[in-house]
Amino acid sequence: MWGAVEQSDAELVERARAGDLSAFEALVSRHENRVWTLAKQIVRHDEDAADVVQDAFLTALEHLQELRDGERFGAWLKQIATRLAYRVLEKRRRMPTQSLEALLNEGAEEDEEHIPHPELIADWRDSPEALLQRKETMRIIEQALSELPEKYRAVFWLRDVEQLSTRETAEALGISEANVKVRLLRARLMLREKLTQIFGADASQQLISE
Amino acid sequence: MRCEQLLRILGDYIDGEIDPQMCELFERHMAQCPRCQVVVDTLRRTIALYREGELVFEMPLPFRERLHQAIRQRWQEKFGSQK
Repeated sequence: MWGAVEQSDAELVERARAGDLSAFEALVSRHENRVWTLAKQIVRHDEDAADVVQDAFLTALEHLQELRDGERFGAWLKQIATRLAYRVLEKRRRMPTQSLEALLNEGAEEDEEHIPHPELIADWRDSPEALLQRKETMRIIEQALSELPEKYRAVFWLRDVEQLSTRETAEALGISEANVKVRLLRARLMLREKLTQIFGADASQQLISE
Repeated sequence: MRCEQLLRILGDYIDGEIDPQMCELFERHMAQCPRCQVVVDTLRRTIALYREGELVFEMPLPFRERLHQAIRQRWQEKFGSQK
């Protein structure tokens, strides 16, 4: 009907709220791959990820009236998906032999204050744009990300890849905003370290002499 | 400002969420510290790689079909047969 001009999320949400299924289906099609990728990042298992994606969209469907800003539909959806994904992880971790105390302590905040020093101080030979021209770059950055501890990977994904705000990320993960910032910094520094090993200029070409 | 202190507010600086005074101290330090310059630069490149990399996987077709089926079904249950 309208075809040519793509409707914004806000417009689609409004139409969906008015009972237009095709509008909601358009939202699903628009966001499903990103939500799928997010779910996979956390639960690391296709069947579980598919369940998370489905439950996330069904939850969004049920609670669409509660979303205040239609423009934030994507972020809201990812918050829902994140919480559902963590429920899957929690179910997996709850072994019958594990005491309640042990389970509670798992989520306890470790000393988040100490930020590890960057070790590899080498500039990269290429710009991100140049690196992304190369086929193997995607594999390399995916690998680096998969090696991060899950709690850092999740924050990095939500903040730097999905561009959720600090607050939205904190809500999604049930942690404080301060905690989001510390974990994000750690995640970024860890990734920088790994990628500098691969993309960094040779020691002989380093700008900085030791 | 020492390298140590800079490390703590590195995230805020890169995200542009730092107050002007801190920003100035930060940049003044960087002006005479090549190591910190490199760290900030490579950190920015790291983030840019993931932002521009478009790391997205396609949901496999069987899952997609199941998803859309479930959506339609729930919609029917909730709203009856509307458009």
